[in-house]
Amino acid sequence: MDFADTQDETAFREKARSFLAENAENKANAKRTNGTGWNKDEALAAAQLWQAKKFDAGFAGLTMPTEYGGQGLSPIMQVIYHQEEADYVTPRGVYEIGLGMCIPTMFAYATEAQKQRFAKPALRGEEIWCQLFSEPAGGSDLAGLRTRAERDGNADDANWVINGQKIWTSGAQFSDYAILVARSDFDVPKHKGLTFFFLSMKSPGIEIRPIKQVSGAANFNEVYFTDVRIPDSQRLGAVGEGWKVSLTTLMNERFAVGIAPAPDFEEVFDLVRDTELEDGPALDNALVRDRLADWYVRQQGLRNAHFRTMTALSKGGTPGPESSINKVVSAVKYQDISFFGTDMQEMAGIITDPEIAAMDGLFQTGVLSSPGYRIAGGTDEILRNIIAERVLGLPQDVRLDKEGAFRDLPTGRD
Amino acid sequence: MNFEFNDDQRMLRDQARRFLLDKSPPAVVRETLETDQAYDKDLWRQFGEMGWLGAAIPEVYGGSGLGHLELCVIAEELGRALAPTPFASSIYLGAEALMTAGSEEQKQSYLPDIATGAAIWCLALSEGPRPATEKNITTSVSDGKLSGEKLPVADGDIADRAIVVAKDGAADGALAGLYIVDLNGAGVERTTVDSVDPTRSQARLVFRDAPAEKLGDEGWPLLERIQDRAAVLMAFEQVGGAEVAMEMAKEYAMGRYAFGRPIAGYQAIKHRLADMYIQTELARSNCYYGAWALSTDAAELAVAAATARVSATEAYHFASKENIQIHGGMGFTWEFNCHLYYRRSRNLALALGSQRRWKDRLIRALERRNAA
Repeated sequence: MDFADTQDETAFREKARSFLAENAENKANAKRTNGTGWNKDEALAAAQLWQAKKFDAGFAGLTMPTEYGGQGLSPIMQVIYHQEEADYVTPRGVYEIGLGMCIPTMFAYATEAQKQRFAKPALRGEEIWCQLFSEPAGGSDLAGLRTRAERDGNADDANWVINGQKIWTSGAQFSDYAILVARSDFDVPKHKGLTFFFLSMKSPGIEIRPIKQVSGAANFNEVYFTDVRIPDSQRLGAVGEGWKVSLTTLMNERFAVGIAPAPDFEEVFDLVRDTELEDGPALDNALVRDRLADWYVRQQGLRNAHFRTMTALSKGGTPGPESSINKVVSAVKYQDISFFGTDMQEMAGIITDPEIAAMDGLFQTGVLSSPGYRIAGGTDEILRNIIAERVLGLPQDVRLDKEGAFRDLPTGRD
Repeated sequence: MNFEFNDDQRMLRDQARRFLLDKSPPAVVRETLETDQAYDKDLWRQFGEMGWLGAAIPEVYGGSGLGHLELCVIAEELGRALAPTPFASSIYLGAEALMTAGSEEQKQSYLPDIATGAAIWCLALSEGPRPATEKNITTSVSDGKLSGEKLPVADGDIADRAIVVAKDGAADGALAGLYIVDLNGAGVERTTVDSVDPTRSQARLVFRDAPAEKLGDEGWPLLERIQDRAAVLMAFEQVGGAEVAMEMAKEYAMGRYAFGRPIAGYQAIKHRLADMYIQTELARSNCYYGAWALSTDAAELAVAAATARVSATEAYHFASKENIQIHGGMGFTWEFNCHLYYRRSRNLALALGSQRRWKDRLIRALERRNAA
């Protein structure tokens, strides 16, 4: 056992390090911030600039084919780059969905001309993509979606007209393109009536409304479709096979959804070192130490599981179940640490003002942001089902939606 | 990055698993549970013959000189099989203590018999139901004679020698040291005591002017270093046990029908099994880090060992108790094997001191690291 890189990995890591050192600010020197605010214009401009820099230096699309502007490297290099980038303040986020989910789906299903047209601008950060999947009636049960895709005429290549509503769409407000799954047939069983498309977010008939979250931020949107027209050439996969295409996208989501943000163990450890309780320093309190130890072993468990995944990737294998464990463990830890951090501040823990709250209100922000992490990208419950069914091989839940026409399924609404 | 056991080590694991499935099935474990037999002598002899006992002992001292990673592999399999032998006492504690602090002469005279299994060693630390801290130790040594009472001592009733933690002199504030005592010699009285896990034996040792030989010069810090080493190895046993408890629960839930379908299809059961899996994977990953620190004598050993121990204790605790729960009433019968893992889980969780104290120890190690 050792933690050494191979020769190729060392060379790549050094290249990444020097690129980052020259072009980004190290977290060690940066002021701690407690919000992302990535829907602001200047944040967007900064993200675009950074993506272009990455592209020019050969760090965009690391695992994508070289003929479309990618680097054609193995997944381990992607992991190495992420490890190095984690030490720097970089405006990430805007491109994660596009490059992590949309473009890989395009690679699997789009025509050669479409791949040539769309891959490079996405990699350079010139075009932003979003994913139009979830609906009010289709969240964890994504295939329950009801947005309607109807053909305009009877020809085999007739164009499509979309009506309905999507929800929880990250980045819809500044996206140029999107992938979309919609229901093209209400008379067949649920999973057989879906069709998959990509479209311009500037298409007439699209209306975007931000959703204000518990935290006050608005990272998500509702997207309404009124007679939005999509050429049949922008269909991905066969008519009625949208579920199969969606699974390609979702498989990539499991790798794209990252670990929850700070406060983690380091931040709560910092906090209790500076906190005085009624009977002395908080760090000397037995209850505090007990909780700290719980979070440390979970954090390290994820870190060490990641080393195991890296080993598998380094040998050309596929990622293990780590990706499904990661979010279940880290989102709950994020919420628990945030609660505990406000508890440590006693009655003043309720105050969010960064001038008053410890560590610029990091824990208060965590209280208000963490519920979202337990839901986004697969709820705690759905992820446990995934582990139970796909890793442990346990039976699926009882399903009442596998047979019969979708339109006949109960909806709980009149 | 090479954070995995290598091909040879995996081959050793497969051999060990096959051997133990054959020689240490539940029926064999139950012989120790249900009779007065303190351990399985036949199994113990074969561990010696196969070179398992001496896996981490250098060849010059009669070991097979494989290394600590190999010993971790064996430990996990012993944990899976609940092997009813004094392996942890004699190897993780006895041999490790000698290799860490023994003089050349001590290593030469004691390690070869440990490696063959001819001699069994144990660690005598606890003095009853209170934390085993340096301050609480009352056993003392003067003029090379050791007196006091130790309870419980794992395998104390069958061991040939004990490493006894005792104060140097009877004065208040005297520092603790480690002493080797011949348990078959003069001034030693031992009695077997009943425990939650009769598949492993526990004893009360009373010393009255028993001749004692000093081990190392450091005392308490040395004890903690030995415990760190043992904690990593024991954590592998714990993860092995936790994984079997999870496998048992899964197999039973798949075959047990209620309300017209396997109970493994209900989310209350699925999610609990998923939680067992999550905890076991986290613990396993922490154990790997511990194995690396143990095998390289890394400065991180104290942090890595406590991390592995705390998460492995938690994972085994959860898996063994929920295994009974998923089995329902049958899980609570003597006939089903669930209780064997439940008992062992409690045994290992207490064997090196409570979870509370290991968590405290982890934070202490982190404080030291941050101060450095």
